[in-house]
Amino acid sequence: MTAEERRSPLAAFADRFDAAAKSGNLRLTDLPFRTQLNLRVDTGGGVAAGLEAALGVPLPAEPNTVSATTAGSGDLTVTWLGPDEWLVLGPPDLAQEPLHRAVQEAAGDQHVSLVDVSAQRTTLLVAGPRARDLLAHGCGLDLHPSVFGPGRCAQTMLARAQVVLVAQPDGFHVLVRASFAAYLAEWLLDAATEYL
Amino acid sequence: MLLIPCPWCGPRDETEFHYGGQAHVAYPGNPAALSDEEWARYLFFRDNPKGAFAERWNHSAGCRRWFNAVRDTADNEIRAVYRTGEPRPVTA
Ligand SMILES: [Zn+2]
Repeated sequence: MTAEERRSPLAAFADRFDAAAKSGNLRLTDLPFRTQLNLRVDTGGGVAAGLEAALGVPLPAEPNTVSATTAGSGDLTVTWLGPDEWLVLGPPDLAQEPLHRAVQEAAGDQHVSLVDVSAQRTTLLVAGPRARDLLAHGCGLDLHPSVFGPGRCAQTMLARAQVVLVAQPDGFHVLVRASFAAYLAEWLLDAATEYL
Repeated sequence: MLLIPCPWCGPRDETEFHYGGQAHVAYPGNPAALSDEEWARYLFFRDNPKGAFAERWNHSAGCRRWFNAVRDTADNEIRAVYRTGEPRPVTA
């Protein structure tokens, strides 16, 4: 499929997101087609160092944390999903072949799974001064920067939809299943009424 | 709503979890050797204490891992959580 044929699950919301941004309180930004790779590996087997070299990013060992590449070596973020599971995030149209090859080489004869799940979730940036208040309408987690600042992530529920939250300097990336994205966007715009 | 401390993710709302019944129910070593009654006991019979009860939970909306919790059935307090494979901790 060519890039021209792809359609964001949130394409229909562009105008309403723009209108919401005029308040200065909130910015809702559709970030479609970002590369997402699900990595499963038992790091007890001693392959972590090789994998980290292959990806150019450390695999965060602490639950609900994120690691990112340093400038120059690419643009990858690795979020913790479970004790043997990570989500590797990258820009749209990332060249995946070299990553897959490097990971397989680093794995040797150990079991490692790296699967492209980019089509599963789309990314929505919820940013601005009232971003945290908005998410608090439908999320039980404490999202205060002292607890959930940059470097933190969580799999949780937002308005009864399963999401991955990744803290950003000015807000949050909300990764939501493509089929739930329109529902969640409608919910966010409704919950945001008092801030617009 | 219960606040359940996932041993991986930390405290989360009960709605993020699925219940998995009594913990530490061992699968029979040789199921084929069991009588129908013994098999039925393994499948369907569970403890029903008033007080501390070790049970399985799955953090289905989070890390999706199974773990065990000791919950007091009288007051719903979670006395302990521990990862699969770890022994049941001693609780008051
Ligand atoms: Zn968890």
